[in-house]
Parts: sequence; C-alpha cells; structure tokens
Amino acid sequence: MKEYLIRFVQQHETFRRAEIEALAALFEAQIEILEYSDDTPFCLVRIQDDATARAIVGRSILTKAVYELWGRGLTYEELHEDVRRRTSEKWAQYRNCSFRFDVDAYQGKRNQKEQRKLIEGFSYLGFSGRIQMSKFEENWCIFEEWDNVFGIAVSSSPSLSPSVSTPSTPSGANTSSAAAAAASGGAVSNIKNKPRPEQPPTHPNRLFLGRLIGGSDREAIVRYDLKKRKYISTTSMDAELALVTANLALAAPGKLFFDPFVGTGSFSVACSHFGAHALGSDIDGRSIRGKGEGGIVSNFHQYGLVHRFCDSFVSDLTNTPLRPTQLLDGIICDPPYGVREGLKVLGSRDGKGKEVIYLADGTAAHLSSSYIPPKRPYSFERMQADILAFAATMLVTNGRLSMWMPTANEDFELGVPLHPCLELVSTCIQVFNKWSRRLLTYRRIPDSAVNPTALTNYQRDMSTLEAHASANDLNMFRRKYFEGFRPTTPSTGALTPASESDTTT
Amino acid sequence: MKVLTVNFLTCAVKTCKTSPEAFPLHFRDAELAQQDLEFNPEFIKNMLLRLDWNAFRVTTSELGFSTIPAEKPEGDALNDETLLRDLHKVLLETQVMEGKLVCGHCAHEYAIKEGIANFLLPNHLV
Ligand SMILES: [Zn+2]
Repeated sequence: MKEYLIRFVQQHETFRRAEIEALAALFEAQIEILEYSDDTPFCLVRIQDDATARAIVGRSILTKAVYELWGRGLTYEELHEDVRRRTSEKWAQYRNCSFRFDVDAYQGKRNQKEQRKLIEGFSYLGFSGRIQMSKFEENWCIFEEWDNVFGIAVSSSPSLSPSVSTPSTPSGANTSSAAAAAASGGAVSNIKNKPRPEQPPTHPNRLFLGRLIGGSDREAIVRYDLKKRKYISTTSMDAELALVTANLALAAPGKLFFDPFVGTGSFSVACSHFGAHALGSDIDGRSIRGKGEGGIVSNFHQYGLVHRFCDSFVSDLTNTPLRPTQLLDGIICDPPYGVREGLKVLGSRDGKGKEVIYLADGTAAHLSSSYIPPKRPYSFERMQADILAFAATMLVTNGRLSMWMPTANEDFELGVPLHPCLELVSTCIQVFNKWSRRLLTYRRIPDSAVNPTALTNYQRDMSTLEAHASANDLNMFRRKYFEGFRPTTPSTGALTPASESDTTT
Repeated sequence: MKVLTVNFLTCAVKTCKTSPEAFPLHFRDAELAQQDLEFNPEFIKNMLLRLDWNAFRVTTSELGFSTIPAEKPEGDALNDETLLRDLHKVLLETQVMEGKLVCGHCAHEYAIKEGIANFLLPNHLV
C-alpha cells in the first residue's frame, strides 16, 4: 500500500468520498482513507499501487487527478524535509525525464514570480530533463491549502461527519467583492461558527508535493452536457450528477442497468458511458419516444453508444412486466417528486396481503403515522418502499440501487427507507435554497447474509401496516413542500437548483 | 423490443405472475428489424446466465430462428466466440418493431409500436 493525494473538486462535497469508495469496490481494491474533509479538495489515501490508483481515479467525476505523495508539511521547511525523507532514493530515476512542475494554491493566489520561486525551492531534486508544458513524461505539483479570507481553518484531521454540500449562493457574500471572489468554493457552512480575522492570511496552512499518477474522467461532463444533448426535458439529471450516480451504482462493461423512471434517459446514457447496457421504463411513453426529436435512443446515437442501448418500454413500477428474479446489476432512478405534477400510478384497487408495504425509516414505531395505503395519489413513502422491494427482488448479489429522493430542510426530513435485503452504502446530500435532495445507494446483500428474522418481521409489519393503513393519502413531501418550507407562493423555479456552483474546481 | 428483453418480461397482470403460461409472452404479427451492433462477449455471457433457455427457444422458434441449441451453453461453450456472436445477433441485433406480445394465461395483448412495447394495463386488470 502506498500513499497518494487525491485532488478533488470542491463541489458536491458529500458525494466525493462515496464515489471514490464505490470505485474502489468496483475494482475490488482496498482503499484506506487517511485524511478526508468536506472542507478541502486534498485527500490522502493508501492504495495498493499506481495502476489501481490510476484506475479508481480515472473513472471518477468529482476528482481532478491522483498523485503519488512525495511529501507534506505545515511549512515549506517541513515539506522539504519530508520530501527528502520519503523520496531521495527515487530522484535518480527521474533525472533525465521531461517534466512539468505546477503550483495548485487552493483558496490562495500565487503569481508567476512566486510560483517560480516555490518551484526553484525543489531544485535539490536534481531533475535535469527538459521542462515541457505538454507532452511531459512526469508532472509534479505543489499543493497549498489556504484559509479562505474569512480565516476559516481547514480541518487537518479526518472528518467523518456528513457535512453538506452547499452550492454557492449570494447569501453571505455581502463582504468586499474581492473577498467574495476569493472565498468562492470555501466551506460556507462553517462561517457562522468561526471568528473572522482582520487580515487575509499570509501563508498557507498545509502543503503537499505529489507526482501525477493519472487524471479523472471529468471531461465526460463536457461531453454529456445537457446543453449539447439532442433530447432532454426539464427534469433531465445534469451530466455531472448522472455520471456520479452511475459510478456509485458501479456501472461497468458487461452489466445490465435499469431505470424505472427513465424519462429522457440521462442515467441510462451515463451508465452506458461506463460500459453498461441500459434498460429503462417509464409510465409516459411520450418521453421514451420523444416528440420528433427521436426519443431516448437518439441520445445513444448521438454519443455513439447505441450498442449499449437495450430497450425502453412503457410500464408502471407497481405493475412491472419484469420477471421477478435477479436480472439486474444495477438500478438507478430519480423518482418523480410528485410536487409539480403529482404522483401518478395505475390505481391498484386493493392489493391487500399480496404486496409488501413498508416503512419510511424501517422501524415499527413510525409505521402507523407515515404509512399510506396503495391508492391514488401514490404516496412518496410508498413509492420508495416499492422501489426498495423491487430492487431487493431484481438485483443480483452485490448489485446496487442508487435512488435520488427529496428531503426537506430544517423542520422536516424524510427518513431513509430500509429493506432487510439491502445494505445502505452511502448517503449524499445536495442542498438547494428551499429544499435538499439525497442520493441513497444500497447494496443487495447475499441471501445467506439476510437476517431471516428481520425479513419475517419486515414482511409481517408490512402486512399489518397495510391492513391498518389510515386513509391519509397525502404525500408528506408534497404537503410540506406547499405548507412548510415555502414562505411565498409556489413557483416552478423552486424545483431547480438555485444556481450552479461557481466554486473553484 | 429485443429478443433479450422479451426473455426478461412476463405478463404485467399480478395474477399472471405466478402462472407458467404467462411466460414467455408470445409474439403476434411481429415485424422484425436487424441492426448491426458492436459485439460484447462479456455481456452476452452474463446475460446467458440469466436467460431462461426454454423460453428463449419458444420465442426464437416463433420468430423463425431454427438453429438455437437445445441446451443452454455452459462451461467451455461460453468461450466459443462463434456461438456468442450468433447469440448476440439474436438477442441484441434482432428487434421486433411492430406487433403484439400476448399473455398465454390471460390472453391480454401488449402492443409494440416503433420498437417500444406498452405494458400499461387497463383499469380492470390493475
Ligand atoms: Zn396475463
């Protein structure tokens, strides 16, 4: 195992670690996260070797690159000392290679002259090869981590707390414009807890030196940009998060992935980008066919992925024609929120005793209050339960479900739905102005690992629940959406991200 | 609708799910189309494991393919590239563009238009 520095982008913070860990699982590789914090783009890990590090990061969307760690320190003195200790035996092998040396000052600014001076500080490495800006054989990078102008210390210890990614909003930016610009990408959520210094910081907090091992797949975001896509709708998931979702669900060559709310096929395209074959269904046949644009399949044609397009068919998850057996390697979906349009399903008159119903949070205590009978309108909790039951039936062992769901801010939060056959792998949160949504990822555990008592109790509780379900047909999220977290009259704008993050990436 | 997909589908009517007659669904008035697609042996092998071979034979004979082996390929046969390419051709490159899929249990007909099958049920079948 060797130490590496992963250079993340500083956005969608709560998705970053989950993505890297998912990719390690995909490549069946060990990854030991030594230092990670949502507040910094620099993460230290231990991975078996360069090839594995290159493979993991090479598929990631929320990183820029991975570097072999050559040294670290709180000051340049410490950094140089550490570089000598770790790497002096390696210097000879790089003596004659062409190379490039960069400075990456996170939340800091270094002009050309300063950069040159910092780089010259490493002249003891003795590299005498050509310096080339492109087509270099090796690339070293000095990483500086600065406090932002508010003086927020970046935590230097590993943080496991699930802090929340905060797309930058104008709020809190009523300081000087220079300060606001320099602070972009900062850990806005911590501001209120920290004192603000009079002066901007004069030196960085942490320093690293790394040798480039490999880049990420971040260019895919540009390739699959919705603005350049033939067939989209207002609910199409943006390319970046669709690709991240496909990574979390372990989309890969040879696998079959299904989206039961396929819409315009955003997730299917992302899964196919990573080599998986895509199957989808939607209750609305018009979205599959498109209106003259050619429908979902036209997107696969656009990207040269049509060989990985299996089929899309028109159906409803509650009456799916899929054979109830382990056919799918992954399920990805962004179920309709039921806010704008209201949820629609084919009305099931009374599936009493035939269908499993379930809890929003997996505990019996909450059942009676949160449970909703299977009729129109379809409750959001019920839909989540149906998706989990479907996934438990259809996923192969170790197959994954990645499901987006809305969750409200402040006064109310939807529970995380659970199923005895599914293990919750990660929870990622994206925060908007008035609401937030989460991406829940589950793993289908082997049948032999399913607790039989839990499964029996679950099925019994579900039957009980169904028999005693109240007539409360309100979709909790929908009700809260209209009553709880909206001070003004509803506008369609509230369902779209407040603004694209403009953080330093 | 590809031949592979049909093997993964049964009747959407709940009371048909447990009936052996509901699977596979039967093509009626099927108009076929053939499309050249990049071959991925790994995917074909993975799908073979999940394929119901008897149902696959029923479907292919209804569509007029006569050379499907009687037994599902296993072991060394899975490394036979010619065989995998033949299966690729039938499973992925062959599509039913127009026609119907009919349940052998309840006789409900699901329409296929422009290659897209519609499994929404009328109210009385939900
Ligand atoms: Zn039927």
